[in-house]
Order: sequence, then structure tokens, then C-alpha cells
Amino acid sequence: MIPAAFEYHAPRSVQEATALLARLGEEAKILSGGQSLIPLMKLRLASPGHLVDINGIPGLADIREADGWLRIGALVRESDLEESELIRTRYPLLHDASRVIADPLVRNLATVAGNLAHADPANDHPAAMLALGAEVVAVGPGGERRIPIAGFFTGPFATALRPDEILVEIRVPSPPPRSGGAYVKLERKVGDFATAAVAVQLALGPGGTCERAGIGLTNVGPTPIKAVEAEAALAGRRLDDATVQRAARLAAEASNPSDDLRGPAEYKRDMVRVLTGRALRKALERAGGGR
Amino acid sequence: MRIQLTVNGERQEADVEPRLLLVHLLRDVLRLTGTHIGCDTTHCGACTVLLDGRPVKSCTLFAVQAQGREIMTVEGLAPDGGLHPLQEAFIAEHGLQCGYCTPGMLMTSYAFLARHPAPTEEEIRLAISGNLCRCTGYVNIVKAIQHAASRLRQGGS
Repeated sequence: MIPAAFEYHAPRSVQEATALLARLGEEAKILSGGQSLIPLMKLRLASPGHLVDINGIPGLADIREADGWLRIGALVRESDLEESELIRTRYPLLHDASRVIADPLVRNLATVAGNLAHADPANDHPAAMLALGAEVVAVGPGGERRIPIAGFFTGPFATALRPDEILVEIRVPSPPPRSGGAYVKLERKVGDFATAAVAVQLALGPGGTCERAGIGLTNVGPTPIKAVEAEAALAGRRLDDATVQRAARLAAEASNPSDDLRGPAEYKRDMVRVLTGRALRKALERAGGGR
Repeated sequence: MRIQLTVNGERQEADVEPRLLLVHLLRDVLRLTGTHIGCDTTHCGACTVLLDGRPVKSCTLFAVQAQGREIMTVEGLAPDGGLHPLQEAFIAEHGLQCGYCTPGMLMTSYAFLARHPAPTEEEIRLAISGNLCRCTGYVNIVKAIQHAASRLRQGGS
């Protein structure tokens, strides 16, 4: 399958890239990992007139933690995340997610930032970032702004990014002591999108009560879902079985899946309940609060 | 667009349309037809080549993105016309039937063994989970990779 013809641009700086985007407008798409965009172009579901390839821009491929934030540059690949010792030890939720996205070959090119910017409700990082309370840093011709992740996904395949803006960095607040996270995905086979998946991030107080809970849901609605009522049902409480089960039910109620080849909506909603329970128990254990 | 890249250690230049996929550059322009096109939809991994040492699906990358990069295809495994220990192991363990997935399997396992010289079976299965084989059921492919790993550890090229 051959994509429609396009003009190719390989800017060497973010400024050059945003200037190109401003000039080319809606005709242009950003090419980073390309693992969602190129298949769409080959199927002619997307036929952008211009591709702005940001892979040659230096300084966008770092994973680092400083001043209370984890910073993931726009060109960090899923495999970089998967192999990072910092991510494995400090951000187990992201480590979990990085191992179940697409397949190992795709992960060598696919970027974390692209997984967010593409805004496919079936993508895995949106739920993870919702659970973690991340921010997205966007740069446009007018400068830089930070967008809280809860306001980033505006619809299916739609985000708060303007056409002339580039997502240059993801910022995740560093977890306080006694934190734990987990991503639990139900998939039919490696490489498939989730039938349903749940991201959980917990922070416990010194007495073992839950101080903060973040819960994100994958592929069970037109956009990624932040299960706010389930989160509220955990905050300030000890996470005993009854509390976990109640939060899991509330997460299922927050989901809005539809019937497709992966299963009927009723099944998926119940899977959200089951997966939320599993993710909460795993996150709790990792936070050191498991019994 | 004029691009320059290294393929199996040789400098190559080509004049390409931006929409030309890397796999088509390799097969149709450079006539390296060892790399197969399977599903053409980023699922099967038959077209796997190494991009600066990392296995990627060459049907999901534009040739222009390989500007200045190093590509290795199955033809690069054993440049002297012989066979690489991995290829010999696939023969010894019957790691193929129709052989269509084999170039991709070889490239993925080559990159994998370079980083994980003594893998467990589970690690091998995870590493090749982006390469589909419709014949073997994978059992003999896993055995072939284990066989190659032990030969390579003993110092086979």
C-alpha cells in the first residue's frame, strides 16, 4: 500500500518546526515515531500534504527526573521507557504500560508523546498519564504553555494542541514516598489494542491510608477516561477489600464502552471492574501497603 | 529527494519520492529482496530490518527517514556468502516451514541476542512477539534461537 504523495520537511530545531507548522496550517502533520500515522497514510485514512519530521531535532530524546518532575522528551521511544532503570524503579505504572504497547518492533520507533498526541482512545499512555496527573508541554510560535493532561483529550483523536504547536515534553510529578502504580491490560494478543485496560497510581500516608489515587481507563469510551468518582472513593481511606471493590465498581460505572469484535459493552464494563481491582491491589502492594 | 544511507556496511545513494517506504527502497531500488513484505499493515514483522542496530518494521518507515542511518538486512548477516550461526541454527532446529517470516525472525533475533546473549525461553518469546509465523507454532523457532545463543556464546562469529 502506497501513501498519497506529500512534501517532506526535516527541521533542525523546534522553532523551525513550529514556523513550518504555522505556515503550512492544517495541511501538515508531525512525523515522530510514525507507527500510527504511517499505517493510516498507507490505508489513505490520512493524506496530509506535508509531513514535518521532528526526528532530527536535538534535545528531545531525554528521560530525566529533576525538581520534583519526571520529564519525558517528545522523541523518547516506548523501548527507551521500557529499558529505563529510572522508570522501572520509580514509575512502575509507566514501565508496565511500555511493555504492553503494540509489539517490541513497533516500540523501537513509537514515541510516548505520539501515543498522547494521536489521542486514540485505544492508546495506553493517555490512561497512564491521567492516573499520574501529568502535564504536557506544548511549544508554538508564540512560546511555551503547559496543558494539564485532564484537559488535553478533547475528543476521539482530538487534543488541546493547536495546529502550529508541538508537544515537546511530558512532565509527570515525582511520586511521594509510599507510592505505587500499575497498568493492567486485557488484550487478545500482542499488538492488539486493549479490550479494556486500567492505570492506577496511589500515594499512601504514613498510617497506610490513601492520600491520593489516580485512575485512568483505556479504550472504554470515545476518549480516555479519568475515573474521578472511583478516585474520590479511595482518598482518605484505608484500602481494604470493601473499599477496593467499591472503587472498582465506580470505575466500571465511569466507563462507556461500545460493542465491537473485542466484546459486548457489558463484558467490557465488567472487565473494567475486574482490572481496576487488580491494578489497585498491585499498586497497593508496590506502595508497600499490601498485607 | 536525494538520500544517503549505509546498507549492510555499504554506502548507498538514491533519489526517492518522500512517500517511498524503506522496504520498497530496499527491495525495488537496491534489489535486496531478502526482506519480505508480509501484511503491509505493521502487524507481521516479515519486513523487519535493523535501523542503527534496532529491529523495526521497514514497511512503517519512509526511506527519507533513513537519511544518514545504518540499515542492516538479512543479506548483511553473513556477507561472505556463507551462513550466520543463527541461520544455521534455524536449519538445524527446523525453525521454519514456508520461510516467509524467516528474514524478519532472523533480524529480530540477531538484534536480541546481541543484547541478551543468554536469554530465557520467556525472554525469547517476548522478543519475537512482533514477528508472526503462521506455520511452525514458534516452538522450533525458539529452539533455534536458543541453539544460536549457545553457539554464539561459545564464540561462533
